Amino acid sequence: MIGAVWTHLVKDLRIEWRSKEAINSMLFFALLVVVLFSLAFDPRGAFSREIAGGVLSVATMFASVSALNQAWAREIRHQVLDAQRMAPTAGSDLFLAKVLANFLFVTIVQIALAPVFLVMYNLQVQGKAWQLALVLPLATWALVANGTFFAALSIRSRNRELLLPLILFPIFMPALLAMVVATKDILTGESDPTLWIKLLAGYDIIFTTVSLLLFDVVFHAE
Amino acid sequence: MKKLGIGLYAVVTVALMIWGFYQAIYVAPDDALQGYIFRIIYYHVPSFAAAFTFFSVSFLGSIAFLSFRRSRPEWAQIADAWALAGAEVGVVFCSVGLTTGPLWGRRAWGIWWTWDARLTTTLVLWLIYVSYLLMRRFAAGPQVQTLAAVLGIFGALDVPIVYMANRWWRTQHPAPVFGGAEGSGMKDPAMLAAFGWNMLAWFAWGIFVLILRFNVERKHQQYAEEEAQEALAANI
Repeated sequence: MIGAVWTHLVKDLRIEWRSKEAINSMLFFALLVVVLFSLAFDPRGAFSREIAGGVLSVATMFASVSALNQAWAREIRHQVLDAQRMAPTAGSDLFLAKVLANFLFVTIVQIALAPVFLVMYNLQVQGKAWQLALVLPLATWALVANGTFFAALSIRSRNRELLLPLILFPIFMPALLAMVVATKDILTGESDPTLWIKLLAGYDIIFTTVSLLLFDVVFHAE
Repeated sequence: MKKLGIGLYAVVTVALMIWGFYQAIYVAPDDALQGYIFRIIYYHVPSFAAAFTFFSVSFLGSIAFLSFRRSRPEWAQIADAWALAGAEVGVVFCSVGLTTGPLWGRRAWGIWWTWDARLTTTLVLWLIYVSYLLMRRFAAGPQVQTLAAVLGIFGALDVPIVYMANRWWRTQHPAPVFGGAEGSGMKDPAMLAAFGWNMLAWFAWGIFVLILRFNVERKHQQYAEEEAQEALAANI
């Protein structure tokens, strides 16, 4: 189990290391969203703290969709996916490895984006900054776990690039809300985000479990 | 005989709806606080009750499809038809509820819409099932039933989480009319009667449409099956 996950993970990381497709496109896309939002809303002073959480969450969300679409499209070329279906390991290993790889990519993008974001929105964290280290990974995991699952689900449809956001965003909404409110609470320091962190953790546990259980069904659907 | 049964059921349904309309608009008294506008409850609540029931049908159909998919393909097809019919008719009824709600809100609250727990939850629920229908349209091929069933289960699981999230966020929707706080709720028997009749009428109508949709989908599956068999025979 661990061995198979590790093999898949190393393969994905190596491909990304050589091409840097996912991280570069995500980074630039997220940067564009941040710039677009600051043009649209003119963030200054306290107002920028109010909306920063939402902008960061939405930027991450849009950016990761582009990478998640690529995650499986890569496997379709040269019938790699068919080969993996015949491999004697559980589909959930492959799924877990993909989630871990994409989680790593999105986290790298967030870390790279953070300084730009802090500068552009003139942010000073008023609450406990360390809580961001809980909120962001939990929310990213929610996004990436569901996104990888739905990307696998939409991979065989006619216009998969379009379908993924259409099915992912409605399901992701409660996690997005939790992420936005928790980030806002931390940035403004006005209220305690503990409840939202718990909600994110619950969301992660529920949907990761269901994804792991149902992935084989989707993977072998014909 | 079957046609006669369907016709009779349709006539009874229409009669029930007319009777329900008469009860709601002419017989039931005005609400003590809200006056005339309150009568929209006779349409708003039954629509949502029907919508939630049909979404449950869809959820159960999805589960049944996944469980019988290998062991009993024929049952699985029936389950899938229920899942699709439930989602489609549910979306229609949910849309009716989402339309009548703002009509009432404009008068009672002075605003069309507010991002309150139940409103947001219902809107997200509606979005989830619309995405389910879109997915069924987009993903062609034999695997679409499996993928849709999986998405149906994900969607249904999401609903309680959405509700919790929004309840912590903000709440403005009126407290439940039935089983609510002391002193609230429907006291007048004429109101209760009007409510009951409309509930019955809208459920009768919803089930009618649901079964029609189910039959259409079953026919669809049979034609697809026949076409596949013919193509197979032609190849041999």
